[in-house]
Amino acid sequence: MPADTPIKNHAAERRLFLVRTIVAGLLMSVMLGVLITRLFFLQSVKHEYYGTRSDENRMRVQLAQPVRGLIYDRNGVVLADNLPAYRLEIVPEQVDDLEQALARLGDLIEIRDVDRERFDERMRKEPSFRGIPIRLNLSQTEVARFEVNRRNFPGMEIRAGLTRHYPLGEIGAHLIGYVGGITEQELLTHDEKRYRGTNHIGKTGVEYSYESMLHGEPGSRIIETNASGRSLRELEFNRPVPGQSLYLTIDAKMQKAAYDALGDNDGAVVAIDPKTGGLLAMVSKPSYDPSLFVDGISHKNYNALIANLHRPLFNRALQGQYPPGSTIKPVMALAALETHIIDPNREVWCPGFYQLPNSERKYRDWKREGHGWLNLTEAIFRSSDVYFYKLGMDLGIDNMHRYGQMFGLGEPTGVDLPRENSGLMPSRAWKRGVRNQAWFPGETLNTVIGQGFMTTTPLQLAQMTALMAQRGEGRRPHVLMASEDPVSGSLQSVSTQAIPPIHLKNERHWGTVIKGMEAVVHAPRGTAHYYIGKDAPYRIAGKSGTAQVAGLAQDEDAPEFEDVEHRFRDHALFVAFAPADDPRIAVAVLVEHGGGGSSTASPVARKVMDAYLLGTRVAQTQESVSW
Amino acid sequence: MVAATHGEPSSVSEWLVHWRIDLQLLLAIISCCGLGLFVLYSASGQSQDVIVNQATRLGVGLAAMLVVAQIPPDWYRVAAPWAYVAGVIMLGLVAILGATAMGAQRWLDLGFVRFQPSEFMKLAVPLCVAAYFHDRPLPPSLSDIVAAAIMVAIPTVLVGLQPDLGTALLIVAAGGFALYLAGLRWRVLLLLLLMAAAAAPLLWYNMHEYQQERVLTFLNPARDPAGAGYHITQSKIAIGSGGMFGKGWLNGSQAHLNFLPESDTDFVFAVFAEEAGLLGVLALLALYSFIVLRGLRIAARSQDTFQRLTAGSISLTFFIYVFVNIGMVIGLLPVVGVPLPLISYGGTSMVILLAAFGMLMSINTHRKLLST
Repeated sequence: MPADTPIKNHAAERRLFLVRTIVAGLLMSVMLGVLITRLFFLQSVKHEYYGTRSDENRMRVQLAQPVRGLIYDRNGVVLADNLPAYRLEIVPEQVDDLEQALARLGDLIEIRDVDRERFDERMRKEPSFRGIPIRLNLSQTEVARFEVNRRNFPGMEIRAGLTRHYPLGEIGAHLIGYVGGITEQELLTHDEKRYRGTNHIGKTGVEYSYESMLHGEPGSRIIETNASGRSLRELEFNRPVPGQSLYLTIDAKMQKAAYDALGDNDGAVVAIDPKTGGLLAMVSKPSYDPSLFVDGISHKNYNALIANLHRPLFNRALQGQYPPGSTIKPVMALAALETHIIDPNREVWCPGFYQLPNSERKYRDWKREGHGWLNLTEAIFRSSDVYFYKLGMDLGIDNMHRYGQMFGLGEPTGVDLPRENSGLMPSRAWKRGVRNQAWFPGETLNTVIGQGFMTTTPLQLAQMTALMAQRGEGRRPHVLMASEDPVSGSLQSVSTQAIPPIHLKNERHWGTVIKGMEAVVHAPRGTAHYYIGKDAPYRIAGKSGTAQVAGLAQDEDAPEFEDVEHRFRDHALFVAFAPADDPRIAVAVLVEHGGGGSSTASPVARKVMDAYLLGTRVAQTQESVSW
Repeated sequence: MVAATHGEPSSVSEWLVHWRIDLQLLLAIISCCGLGLFVLYSASGQSQDVIVNQATRLGVGLAAMLVVAQIPPDWYRVAAPWAYVAGVIMLGLVAILGATAMGAQRWLDLGFVRFQPSEFMKLAVPLCVAAYFHDRPLPPSLSDIVAAAIMVAIPTVLVGLQPDLGTALLIVAAGGFALYLAGLRWRVLLLLLLMAAAAAPLLWYNMHEYQQERVLTFLNPARDPAGAGYHITQSKIAIGSGGMFGKGWLNGSQAHLNFLPESDTDFVFAVFAEEAGLLGVLALLALYSFIVLRGLRIAARSQDTFQRLTAGSISLTFFIYVFVNIGMVIGLLPVVGVPLPLISYGGTSMVILLAAFGMLMSINTHRKLLST
C-alpha cells in the first residue's frame, strides 16, 4: 500500500473523537466550575462589600446648612437676624462662550476682580454642571436688571440665600460680634460633622460665645449621582435643625443711649442690672460695621480698621485696662472701716499734699490748695486724695488687695463674652513675682487712689459698683437671658450665678460708704453735683475718677486741660448706681482722654441711667432701633 | 427525526424537518437572544435604537442561520479552502488600508455594509482545518499538523497585527480545537502549549502599550483604580452588588449611572449579573452549557470527519467565547475585547455565530441514511 494513500479507519476515528470530546467536556466542566466559584465569591461572599461600594458610587451626601439662631434683646428687639441675599450663579457647561457672556454680564452688574478670581478658582475645582457664584449680595436693582435680561444669559441664574444682618450696626458691634467665613483652623477645633457644609461661624461677641447654640444641626440630603457626579434625584432628606434663638439681657434702646451718650469720645460704657448681673448695655467707641466681616472683609476696609489710631476693633469695655482712679475710693473706704483703722466721723486736715515720714517727696492732692478738715463722707464726695493717702498708709497694700479681690478686681468677671482681660490688683506677692522687688510705701499711696500698677476694665468697674449697690450680694455679669428652642418654641431662661458674697463684720459700713457716694452727686460740694446732681429726679450714688495718663513731675502744676495734647490727657471715669435706696442699674463709664471724671464721664452715666429709669429717649430710640 | 415511518408526524415536526431546523438548538438560541434583548435594553439606558438595531441583526443572523442550514455540509467542505483564501486576502486588504488610517483597523467597508474579516475567519479557519483533515488518516501525521498549524497561524498573525488580540486568540482556539479533535497527539499538544508559554515574553514585547497595560491591570487591578483598573473594578462592584437575586431589571445602578463602561458591549454580563443576581447568572450559564452540549451531541452523531471536526470546534469555540468574556468581566482574565455571545451589542460576530449554528443544523439534518 503506497504511503501517500490515505487510509481512514472510520470507527477508530469516531472513538478517537468521542474520547477527545469527553476530555474537552471534563475540561469545560472544570472551567465552568471556576467561573461559578468566582461568581459565588463575588455575589454571595463579598456581596455586602460590593453592595456598599455600589452605594458609595452612586450616593453623595450633601449637607443642608441649618438656619442660624436669631439674637434678640430683652424686649424682643432683633439684634442679629438672617436676611435673604441674592447671588448670581453660572453653570459653565451651559454657557457657550463664557468670556463673551461675562463681558455682556459686566454691562448689567458690576463684576470686580475679586469676584472673577473667586469664580475662576472655584471653576477649576468643581465639575462644570455645578452652579458657581460670580457675584454675591446683589442689590435689588441688579437683581431686577438681570431678571429683565435673563433670557440672554442661558446657564446663569439668581439664587437666594441667607446672610447675617445686624440691625444695630456699629452700636452693637463689640457686644453682638459678627460671623465670618469659617477658617481651616476653626474647622480643626470644632466638630467637623456639624461644620461640614457650613460657611459661617461666630468670630467674636455673643456670636462667638454662643456659637454652639446659635449654629444648629446640619441636615443632610442623600443624592443619587451618576458617574460624572451629576445629581439625579434625592433619595433622602434629613431636615437641618435651626439654631436656638437667644434673648439677651441687653436693652437695645439702652445700648443706643449709651452709644449716643459717649458722643464723639473714645470710651466705654457698661450698664448692669445689679440684682441679676445681666448687662443692660455694653458699648465701646469707636466701633465698626460688623456687616463688613460677614462675607469676607476687603483688604482695603480691614487695613483701614487696623490703621485707625483709635482702634475701633478693640473692645474697651472688656479688654481695655485703665487705672480706676478715684472710683476705687469707696472700696478703700469700706476696707478701712472694716479693719477699724478709721473713725468715719473723725476729721482729717488736708493741706493739699501728703508726705511720707522721713521723705521730702510731696504726694499732691488733685486740689493743690487742699480741702481743709474732712470726715470720711466729705473725703469721698470731695474726693480728697490726702485723706485717702493717710487712710491708705494705715490700711496697707495687703488689705487693699484683699478687699479689691472681694470686689472682683484683678481677675476676669467671667462674663459670657470672649477675650475679657483681668486688669491688675497689685499685691506684694505680685510685685515679688513679676518685678522681683519689695513693695514700696509710695506704691501704696498710688494704689489707694487707683493709680500706679492698678488697672481695671470698665466691666470690672461696673461689677464693683453693682456689688456696692447690692451691699455685697452680687450676681455674675452675663448677657444671655434666655434661649428659645427652635422646634418647640419654648423659652429656657438662664439661671444667674451668685458671686461669693461680701460679708461685712458691720453691715452699717455699707450705708456709710454709699452715703458718701450719694453725696458725690447730691451734696452741693460733691464732685459731680454741678454736672448731674442739680436736676437729678432720683437718688444716684456715684464716684468720679480721673486717671492720669502722663505723670507729673514733682511740684509741677497741672497744666490746663486744653493745653494738653489729646493723647496725654487724663482718662475720665464715673461709676454710679441708682436709685440709691433700691438700685436698679449700675453703670461704669470710661472716656479716654476725657479729662475730669465728673465733668466728662458723669453726664454720660446720667444719660444712660435716665434712659433706663425715666424712659426718656424711649420714643426716639424705639423708632430708630426697630427699623 | 428520521422516524417518518411511524404513523402521521405532526405538521410542526414535519415543517421543522423540511426546513432543516434543530428545534432544541433553535429554542436555546432564541431564548438566549431574547434574554439578550432585555439585558441590552437595560444596559443601553433603555435605548430603543439599540434594541431595534440589535433585533435587526438578530433577524439577519437567524435568516442566515436558516439559509446556511439548508445547504449540505459537503458544499461547505468544498468551499472551505476558498473561503479561507478569500478571508486571508480580505485580512491583507485590511492590513494595507489600516496602514493609511490611524490606529486599529478592523473593518472593511464594502459600501453597503461594513464587514469585519477577522470575524469571518473565526468560522473559516476551523472549517478549512476540518476540510484539510477530512481525507487524511487520523490521528494526523506530523506534516499534516504542521500544515494545519500554518493554516491557523497566518490569519492569527494578521488579526493579531490589527491589533485585535481577542479575536486572534479566538481564531487560534477555533483552529486549535479542530486540530485537537482531529486527534493531535497529547505529547504534541503539550509541546505546542509549552511553546506558546515560551513565546509569551515575545508576545509581551510586541504588544501595544495599552495591551500591556491591560495585562498589568489584570495582574493587579488596584494598580490604577481610576485608570486602567477602573473597568474591572466597576465591573466587580456591579456583579458583587447584584447578590443572590439581583437588583431587578432596569435597576442596576452601576450601568444606569454610567459607572460601568462598555455596559452594552463587552461588559454586558456585569449588567446582567447586577440585575439578575447569581441565580440569573446560573440560569444563563445553564443555557450556554445546553447549547454547547447540543452542539457536541450533533458532532458526535455526525457522519464524516469534516462534519465532526466542524461541529465540535464550533461548539467548543462557543464555550470559549463565553468563558473568556465572563472570565474577563469577573476579573479572572485580562481585558480582551471578546463579546458575550448572543447577548452583546454587535453586528458581524452575531451574524457569524448564528451562521455557525446554521452549519450545526445543516450537519444534523443532512444525514445519509446508508452510512450507518
